[in-house]
Amino acid sequence: MSYIPHTEAERRQMLAAVGVESMDELFADVPASVRFPDLDLPKPASELEIMEELQLLSEANLNTRQAACFLGAGAYNHYIPSVVDHILRRNEFYTAYTPYQPEISQGTLQAIFEYQSLMCFLTGMEVSNASHYDGATALAEAAILALNVHQGKRDKLVLSPAIHPQYREVVRTYLQGQSLEIVGDESLGSRPEEYLDERTSLVAVQYPDFFGNLHDYGSLVVAAHAVGALVCVVANPIALGLLQPPSEFGADVVVGDGQPLGIPLSFGGPTIGFFTTREQFVRKMAGRLVGETVDSRGQRGYVLTLTPREQHIRRGRATSNICTNQGLMALAVTAYLSAVGKHGLRQVAELCYHKAHYAAERIAAVEGYGLWNRGPFFHEFVIRCPIPPAELNQHLLDHDILGGYDLGPEYPELKGHMLLAVTELNHKEDIDDLADALREAAHA
Amino acid sequence: MLEPLIYELSTPGRPGHRFPDPDVPLADLPEGMIRQDLMLPELSELEVVRHFVRLSQLNHAIDTGFYPLGSCSMKYNPKVNEDAARLPGFAHSHPLQDPSTQQGSLAVMYSLQDWLKEVGGFAGISLQPAAGAHGELSGILMIRAYHRDRGQPQRNKILVPDSAHGTNPATTTMSGLRVVELPSDARGNVDLEALRAECDETLAGLMLTNPNTLGLFEERVQEVVRLVHDNGGLVYGDGANMNALLGVVRPGDLGFDVLHFNLHKTFSTPHGGGGPGAGPVGVRDLLVDYLPGPVAAELEPESEALPPLYGLVMPTKSIGRVKAFHGHFGMHVRAYAFIRSHGKPGMRAIAEHAVLNANYLLAGLRQSYRVPFDRRCMHEFVAEGRFEGVPEIHALDVSKRLMDYGFHPPTNYFPLIVREALMIEPTETESKPTLDAFIEAMKAIAEEAHSEPELLKGAPHGTPFGRLDEVQAAKQLVLCCRPAELERAAL
Repeated sequence: MSYIPHTEAERRQMLAAVGVESMDELFADVPASVRFPDLDLPKPASELEIMEELQLLSEANLNTRQAACFLGAGAYNHYIPSVVDHILRRNEFYTAYTPYQPEISQGTLQAIFEYQSLMCFLTGMEVSNASHYDGATALAEAAILALNVHQGKRDKLVLSPAIHPQYREVVRTYLQGQSLEIVGDESLGSRPEEYLDERTSLVAVQYPDFFGNLHDYGSLVVAAHAVGALVCVVANPIALGLLQPPSEFGADVVVGDGQPLGIPLSFGGPTIGFFTTREQFVRKMAGRLVGETVDSRGQRGYVLTLTPREQHIRRGRATSNICTNQGLMALAVTAYLSAVGKHGLRQVAELCYHKAHYAAERIAAVEGYGLWNRGPFFHEFVIRCPIPPAELNQHLLDHDILGGYDLGPEYPELKGHMLLAVTELNHKEDIDDLADALREAAHA
Repeated sequence: MLEPLIYELSTPGRPGHRFPDPDVPLADLPEGMIRQDLMLPELSELEVVRHFVRLSQLNHAIDTGFYPLGSCSMKYNPKVNEDAARLPGFAHSHPLQDPSTQQGSLAVMYSLQDWLKEVGGFAGISLQPAAGAHGELSGILMIRAYHRDRGQPQRNKILVPDSAHGTNPATTTMSGLRVVELPSDARGNVDLEALRAECDETLAGLMLTNPNTLGLFEERVQEVVRLVHDNGGLVYGDGANMNALLGVVRPGDLGFDVLHFNLHKTFSTPHGGGGPGAGPVGVRDLLVDYLPGPVAAELEPESEALPPLYGLVMPTKSIGRVKAFHGHFGMHVRAYAFIRSHGKPGMRAIAEHAVLNANYLLAGLRQSYRVPFDRRCMHEFVAEGRFEGVPEIHALDVSKRLMDYGFHPPTNYFPLIVREALMIEPTETESKPTLDAFIEAMKAIAEEAHSEPELLKGAPHGTPFGRLDEVQAAKQLVLCCRPAELERAAL
């Protein structure tokens, strides 16, 4: 299948209009020695063949609609109301680009403005940008914001060990060119409070933390603010449907991954990174931003605003190189939150909470297993296992169950522990089957 | 205001989407941690649908009309690609599943890496980066790591031509390196003398967009690359303009050490109103070990009895992860389908027709619009939106007037080195009748600029919205809606 519409006659007419004899002549500036390489690529295929090929490849995967999924660790299997994808598939949304021309882009602009509004109310913060690539890169941008707020005079960043390991990795990748000390996550027992000093620009924690635990970060915020450091909270947006927003305990920046809000797992991407903060930092915040205004006819409308912060104006002096957002994913989040509304989000959050607690109780009652979490948790929890989690997961696979995340490789202290996630898509029978399969595995 | 905000459509108590009742005993909610209020709207499903459908109708999009936005390759987004990415085996796969249960996804990633290697002339690819600028960051961090690894941390200077996209210098700063801008010469190429003068022991590399942002192929690209290499630097390629090069020349063969692809430009994945994109990076041998990871790898080759075994591996000296999980996999599936549909002959046909379309537009507009650096263009060109005797008319006015003719305007005011720039890129998927209609509209506007300039100044006239006041938006920042309920509470 080709999407090139030209007829032979048109091609001839166009070449004549350009003043060349052949297509090849158009490329005279390209060095002849390397021009027109003989590419080793497959033959062109028809749509029918491509779809058959990809259908087969997709069926080589085990997916979370075939197996009961108890895997979370930063990507969550939630139900997406049908209406969300129908909205995403509107051609006018997904085949448009960045709304540089507001007169003919009000659909995208208003949707982003609504997204920003929804994220402000969900996190309790004052401003939201139009989004980042994912939760991990949003956290890295929070670290950069803190460095800029302190005008480069503070060179220390404190990360809680209970932040997603991949998020911490991304922060280190982003900041490897800056002379900076990133501390706090050397061992599981580290407490961010112990690292705070006058050099600290930012302390970051996760809520619920990577192990599902719920903490009140109020005293940490007080301690951080006492030394002039900012506090960033990485939050799960579904949890915020039930729990106090991080603004309540004084967070300066709240970021996270919006995937649970209407975006399919899709092997990890694309998702969306939300980024919210206090109004006082709006000019230091990277990323695209939509603001309200009026048009020449007096109608309320929306435009990209505060663009002087961005790299196409500031170039080498810009605070970040990000020049896009996750537009369509922001639309997914907006459509999802609009469809489920205030009651629906609370309902999903409660379902996750109750089912996770039922699962934790059932599994902890199985001989050889124990619940590691001591305090309150949301929809993820850690189970101490009698045999290595990798082996357990192989056994679970035989029962069409996708087991938990093996914590040992990232946290040596938690060797033999797995992190399980439960959502509204896990039925009581699935949970019972999981508990039975775990019993069977331990006594096999 | 043509469509109220979602909050304004909300009615307290309106039932929305319903989830099932709990099928497990209820646990006690944690005390003192439950939120009291949650300001989300309450709408029926029909109200939600109408709201978003009405909003969508306020957009111009590729599927509604011609979109010659320069540097963005706004080509047709094939529909089968959308279906492919939504196959349950792809859409509902968890990124942390055991690789043995994700052989299909990994095969897609591995094949795409292979094909991008072939198209770009590279030894390795990472699909991790989420967008072009993200690929740039990866590339510059790799160059930095390479020099440090070789005991040359003093190499901290990145040269960036003045025609470059603003992300190039921003990326350099973000990577902790220093930017030095290079001027362009009279033919729109990199000024070789200026380049030579900057070639010293602090040179880390050069960022080069080729074809450059004027739509021109660097006439002495091999000399430029050689000069940088001879002085110990590496060459970064901004692949934003790969649409002109597919099957025509491989950046790796020109000596580029690292380049990012834009799957959302060159390989037809939808732009989505500004993301999600995907910006894989390709590298020559010397940088393979520094790629961001993990990358898809063939762990065991295909045998008579078994298909190959794929897995994810971290390159040995990797700069690290640049995002969580494995990149924008949904975009990888779409790009896979696109490359598969074109195959080897199709790659070259894309570039040929993209370049033919651009030159055809250039030929049609040259009489009515001033074209600086008027040479054979590649897949796009830059014209000037200004006219003798009517100084009040700017490129922006031409753009706004184009909307009345049903076209999306070209890219405005970029590159910065051209006055009143109108950067025009038609792509290969547009037909001659569409291009002819665009030429006619542009000619009519050039005439109007002289005969009825106020028609341009006041444009657009036929769109649902007139010009938006950007100054007011920046001055009186309103970045989120304040629902009526909140306002009442505040009183």
